[in-house]
Amino acid sequence: MRDWTKQRTERTARLKGAMPLATGKIVKAEQVTELLGHLIKSGDRVCLEGDNQKQADFLARCLTQVDPAAIHDLHIVQSGLVLTEHLDLFRLGIARKLDFSYSGPQSGAIARALDQGKIELGAIHTYIELFARYSVDLTPNVALIAAVSADREGNLYTGPNTEDTPTIVEATAFKSGIVIAQVNEIVDKVPRVDIPGDQIDFVVEAPEPFYVEPLFTRDPGAVTESQILMAMMALKGIYAEYQPKRLNHGIGFATAAIELLLPTFGEKLGLRGKVATHWALNPHPTLIPAIESGWVEQIHCFGSEVGMDQYMSARPDIYFIGKDGTLRSNRLLCQNAGLYASDMFIGSTLQIDLAGNSSTVTPDRIAGFGGAPNMGSDAHGRRHVSDAWLKAGREAAGHSGLLVRGRKLVVQMVETFGEGMKPAFVEELDSIALAKKLGMELAPVMIFGDDVTHIITEEGIANLLLCRNADEVEQAIRGVAGYTPVGMARDRVRVEELRARGVIRRPEDLDIEPLEASRNLLAARSIRDLVTWSGGLYVPPSKFRNW
Amino acid sequence: MEKFTIRAQARTSLPGRGKQAIVGVVASGNLEILLERTEPDQTVVVDVVTSARGFQTVWEAVIADFVTRSSPGGVRFSIHDNGARPDTVMLRLMQGVNVLEKTA
Amino acid sequence: MIPEEIIHQPSWYESSARARIVGLLDTDTFAEILGPADRVMSPHLDLFDLPPAFDDGMIIGRGKLAGRAVAVAAQEGQFMGGTFAEVSGAKLVGLLRAVTAAVGTASAVTSVLLLLDTGGVRLQEANAGEMAVSEIIRAVLDTRRAGVPVIALIGGRAGAFGGGGIVTACCSHVVISEQGRISVTGPEVIETNQGAEEFDSRDRALVWRITGGRSRVLLGGADSYVKGDIAGFREMAIRVHNTVPAFSPETMMMEQDRLKKRLEFYGDCTDTPEIWSRAGLSDPDKIYEIDDDAFLALLSQKGSRS
Repeated sequence: MRDWTKQRTERTARLKGAMPLATGKIVKAEQVTELLGHLIKSGDRVCLEGDNQKQADFLARCLTQVDPAAIHDLHIVQSGLVLTEHLDLFRLGIARKLDFSYSGPQSGAIARALDQGKIELGAIHTYIELFARYSVDLTPNVALIAAVSADREGNLYTGPNTEDTPTIVEATAFKSGIVIAQVNEIVDKVPRVDIPGDQIDFVVEAPEPFYVEPLFTRDPGAVTESQILMAMMALKGIYAEYQPKRLNHGIGFATAAIELLLPTFGEKLGLRGKVATHWALNPHPTLIPAIESGWVEQIHCFGSEVGMDQYMSARPDIYFIGKDGTLRSNRLLCQNAGLYASDMFIGSTLQIDLAGNSSTVTPDRIAGFGGAPNMGSDAHGRRHVSDAWLKAGREAAGHSGLLVRGRKLVVQMVETFGEGMKPAFVEELDSIALAKKLGMELAPVMIFGDDVTHIITEEGIANLLLCRNADEVEQAIRGVAGYTPVGMARDRVRVEELRARGVIRRPEDLDIEPLEASRNLLAARSIRDLVTWSGGLYVPPSKFRNW
Repeated sequence: MEKFTIRAQARTSLPGRGKQAIVGVVASGNLEILLERTEPDQTVVVDVVTSARGFQTVWEAVIADFVTRSSPGGVRFSIHDNGARPDTVMLRLMQGVNVLEKTA
Repeated sequence: MIPEEIIHQPSWYESSARARIVGLLDTDTFAEILGPADRVMSPHLDLFDLPPAFDDGMIIGRGKLAGRAVAVAAQEGQFMGGTFAEVSGAKLVGLLRAVTAAVGTASAVTSVLLLLDTGGVRLQEANAGEMAVSEIIRAVLDTRRAGVPVIALIGGRAGAFGGGGIVTACCSHVVISEQGRISVTGPEVIETNQGAEEFDSRDRALVWRITGGRSRVLLGGADSYVKGDIAGFREMAIRVHNTVPAFSPETMMMEQDRLKKRLEFYGDCTDTPEIWSRAGLSDPDKIYEIDDDAFLALLSQKGSRS
């Protein structure tokens, strides 16, 4: 007779071993490493909560201190590999296998560790793809998570930075897993219950509040004239023409420029209320001027952003705010919104090839994907219509056919040369060579060319929806690739033909004068201006101040 | 650093009466351009001093497109470049001729 | 609320040195001395494989301010960090000496405007730069002694650090904006030498609390505070034109006395909000958060500098 409760029995046994270290659910900070020794077994799947924003950094530090002779070969399943401690787990031999989404600051270290065979890589996922696998075959045995506060029952307040926590806890707690939460403080009563206490096994008050990276703050002071020109082209050539109301923006400076041009250039184009009213978006400080001047109806957030909490609390008609008065974010739901409920994604990338495939991988860096592939892909399961979606679909179908489905607008904004004069347009993505070197079966591609509808550079807009074959796509891309080798190798006659058909459009074709692309067009030219717009509600981190 | 001179023939001489102009600054990723109306009618001379090595063919392509676009005959352009990208170079060149053209 | 005042106003902080001069002076009155076409450039940068600038980052000349003749010098903070070097230093010294020599003649000016924007001496020309700073200090004092006020306008990206901080302190009157900074040793240098515990240069709120415009004007290290637009600097430059203190031993002794008292009252404070609190300013922690109008109101309440 099969034992149907092995997992529950195992859980009970582990909890029993750990019991003496806890008072109720509360564990002292200095005993957490010992606690983990009882709760984690070699070969476990462990989620050490961390994404591109908040980090269970104290628990990460504790996990690096367990004895690798006792605990090893862990399988790390988490969205962000961001802290040096995350890499230490592999260096020390505590962890061996990795499934993740995003690595940001550790992208160089991950590439080195893979090269040295320190990490056995499962896959690089998108966020919701990894979350989906939590429910199917990557369910964590143990989850180490972060919250703002907890009561003695283990009820958690995760607050504005709720992010991944409900998803991780759901998958772990209901499959006989163990959940340990680090909190900034233990209180008598939490402001609101984001995670019910019966899903939490242990709570520890961390010595320091959990770390949050201000990843979505773009200083308007660093926006260049080229980015402003590209933003003007985007507003006139894409926003005004397709009128997408529901959208997501990437985190680059070019999209920050668009946000800062909405109340000025966008207003002049008469677009207020017609475009960009509903967003799946992190709390970008650069969107404050547009919000304050009445462009935005509502915003759902993946996570929070350092310094934005007070502002959002004061704008509950715009943001999703709990009855306690603070933001509730949720990465799973917001990613889903970006995938299914958005008419447009517009963002930057590092490299684009001749088919429009794009990647942020370079020979020595694996930054991961985060959510961009979901934001930047056409959801084939979408069944509701919008004008923007249908217009893009009709263009792709050449305005013919009995049955026309819509298309999500997927727009890549790329400056032709990146940092260190590295061309953004390439014959072959670096990720292909990297995949070969590391023996990966699938080269990491951020957005596949067949999902991309438009590419904007400072030279112009290429509309790939209007291209009828691979040759046309290639010349349309070369035609906006500027003075990169890819751009200089264009067939000038064919590029002019594409321009005559409106596949390629230059600033002058859009009636935009490049000399008018001035910083004086920006609704805010500094972080201080954003504070002024917010009426003092936005409190930027010190590193962004110049006052 | 690299130093080179690019010469071109424009269709016409640049309109306007400005004799001299300076645009931009030698900051990282930026450049300054001194424009002087010292050349014969259709001649264009561009003296480049640049911190970036190995981009002379790119400079030649940018200047060729610029001359076709703006026809800045009669002008000498003296450039101090600190790693500006081609689109920034083009923008400054256009800003420069705009100043010369509009100077009474 | 649409804060119109932050849109379209050319900002001092963002503008190039040339744009500042154009916005500061009466329209079309600036006559440059040793302009770009004269190509008086650094003879040293080539050795370091660095591109020069036609004006070596120091633009000097004469012009009019509200109809009165003035001399003006502006540093380009974006070129080599707005440094003092052989050529840029000589240009400023020459301008100041010319102003002194012209007193009582037809080409006399009523004041000198120094638009400093600098991290200090240019490392590649350190000896020449150090000497230039000394010569500039001497020339500023000679100019003041000859009866021509020297007015410093500080609000650029690089601030006024190193020799630039000392030169600023020698001027007759210092005008500053919120973003302006004045100090001698820069935050990064202090951190490098004494560690981040002594001074964390990445804590920019701290950097501005110590060196920034609001603290400087409250402590008397600057004399006037303006909003950050070019027009604000122009208005103030016109206003302070003839209200500068006499260049006399009495002025110096009064200043010595003020500094001595300041040290007595506040010498043991470790951060500026402590000083504001001890000085009886309300809401000392809010000094850096309130907007410019509120800060100007606070300044006028506080009256003459302590």
